[in-house]
Amino acid sequence: MTNIMLVDDEEPFVETMTKRLSKKGFRVIGAFSGDEALKTLASNRMIDVIILDVKMPGMDGIETLKEIKSKFPLVEVIMLTGHATVESAIEGMKLGAFDYLMKPSDMEQLLAKIEEAKDKKYKHEEKIREARIKELSYRFE
Amino acid sequence: MKRQLYANLRRKIVFITLAVAFIPLISLSVIIYYQFAQVFRNKIEEQIEYRARAQGNAIELFLKERTAILLAMADTYTFDYLAGEDNLGKVFQIMNHRVGGFIDLGLIDSSGRHVAYVGPYNLLGLNYYSQPWFGEVESKGVYASDVFTGYRRTPHFIVAVRRQESNRSWILRATIDSDVFESLVRAAQVGKTGDAFIINREGIYQTHLRFDGEILSKSNLNPIIFGEGTTVLEKVNREGRKVLYAGRWLKKNNWLLVISQDASEEMTKLFKTKRMEIIIVVSGCLLIILTTIFTTRLTVSHLEMADRKMNELNAQLVHADKLAALGKMAAGVAHEINNPLAVIAEKTGWMEDLLTEEEFKKSQNFEEYKKSLRKIEEHVERARKVTHGMLGFARRMEPHLEDVDINEILNETVTFLESYARTNNIAIEKELETDLPIIASDHAQLQQVFLNLITNAIDEIGKDGLVYVSSSRINSDIAVSVRDNGQGIPKEYQARVFEPFFTTKPGGKGTGLGLSITHNIVQNMGGTITLESEKGKGTTFTVRLPIVVPEKK
Repeated sequence: MTNIMLVDDEEPFVETMTKRLSKKGFRVIGAFSGDEALKTLASNRMIDVIILDVKMPGMDGIETLKEIKSKFPLVEVIMLTGHATVESAIEGMKLGAFDYLMKPSDMEQLLAKIEEAKDKKYKHEEKIREARIKELSYRFE
Repeated sequence: MKRQLYANLRRKIVFITLAVAFIPLISLSVIIYYQFAQVFRNKIEEQIEYRARAQGNAIELFLKERTAILLAMADTYTFDYLAGEDNLGKVFQIMNHRVGGFIDLGLIDSSGRHVAYVGPYNLLGLNYYSQPWFGEVESKGVYASDVFTGYRRTPHFIVAVRRQESNRSWILRATIDSDVFESLVRAAQVGKTGDAFIINREGIYQTHLRFDGEILSKSNLNPIIFGEGTTVLEKVNREGRKVLYAGRWLKKNNWLLVISQDASEEMTKLFKTKRMEIIIVVSGCLLIILTTIFTTRLTVSHLEMADRKMNELNAQLVHADKLAALGKMAAGVAHEINNPLAVIAEKTGWMEDLLTEEEFKKSQNFEEYKKSLRKIEEHVERARKVTHGMLGFARRMEPHLEDVDINEILNETVTFLESYARTNNIAIEKELETDLPIIASDHAQLQQVFLNLITNAIDEIGKDGLVYVSSSRINSDIAVSVRDNGQGIPKEYQARVFEPFFTTKPGGKGTGLGLSITHNIVQNMGGTITLESEKGKGTTFTVRLPIVVPEKK
């Protein structure tokens, strides 16, 4: 089961999206600001994919992304942007976001992206695990 | 209005320039001419006056000499001696030898009888007592007569002296040679029309005239008008010509030497000067007029052009400003609308999810709910297109420069749209100049520009038609034209097609952003986009992009 965190200052959006994704079988946690998202992340290490709105009051999406990537580098982030600007998307990707989607976004697309992101994360974790196992086996020798 | 202004300006400049040039030029030439004419006239008057005085002196001297020699002879010889014809002849010879100019010589006694005579006429024995000159000589002692006919019936004049010899008096008389005398007078005449003659106090001619008027006839000149010594005056003669007269009194104010000269004859030189001056001034004026008009026209038209360019520039700036402001506003609005749209979309999606559950499927209105939700989604999608278009319009990033082959982009774009065009039975024809230079530009943005233009052309036609795409090099630009044979854009819309949200497409089909985004992109690249449209014939959009040579890597 994939664990998702949804970060957006628009409460009804978070609320409805949570319901929809839960119905599709994801475990969803909502957060209404960058700060809240970081706190929740710190206490919940199960989260695989974060859906992050770029434009938020206070700490905005890009800043939040930077924080997440520095503290929890394995978590994949999908940026959700109202801006059709290529540069904010590019900036997000440079900072390590997995992909970006434009708001309002298509559910099918979103699901596909979540799936890809989760796969990537799992593969990544797999490699890390393999590496650890290799290290362990070296030690045994 | 504006035209009127320039015409006025032109007229003013021409008028002022001409006035400033003409007033001094003409007044200077007039003043110089009059000064010159005055000097010239003075010179002529001086000349004629000088001649009259000099010639008068010569005549005076001539008469004095003749009188003096006659007096000398009378003083030297006695009556008895002179009464001898031979002796008188000898004296006559001496006189003519010494001074000349005598025709004859006669001796007259106090009773007036001609006692002795030497000369060509047969005058011996005649009595002169009744002749007017006889009395004058008797009373004055020395006398030079006016011209008269006398016994010999030809006009002549005499010089006579009286001698008192003890108890008797006698007179020695000599006739002056008229030819010699008149040639002396004539020496003063000049020119083709000038004359020199002598009149007496009564205005009777004493010498022959050069033209008309007989000797001893009355002159129409009144000698009274001539003052003492030498006088110059101007009179208009019978033919209406101005004649200059110089008069000098001779012989104790009994005779008047007159030199006449046609003023106009002398003045012809002046007239020549005048004509020359007029020609120079007139041609100068003409030259000034032409130059002034020409330069003024040039100046004003330059001014007009500069003004027009300035206005165009201003209009462009205002337009650009307007677009920029609209862009910002559009971005703000779009962003604010996007969030509620996202919520609506999610809520709708959630409702659709719920509909899949068993209990709802049983509802008799199940299909209605489902249809309505799909409609809501459809319209959210439509609104989303608008907001994304608006954000795209507001996008103002610097073009990302790369090596771009315009023809390649056109080919790509046309290929991309060909099937869409074909379904509407529209053909796309290309005429691309083969060796266009590679330029530094933004591939993606240019693709959007051409995509917009060609899509618009296809939509404009609707069904059955031809879209014609061409590229060419014009000076330092690359020009790309997209022509359709659709309905054409009405004149009143042509100025507005680049404004955001302006569309002629039926409700919901167009966002009115395509052309304004296109316009923005082209403008950011330093190019221009123009349209030409004729009702019923179609529309041509032309994009001109400056050739920016890519940097060498």
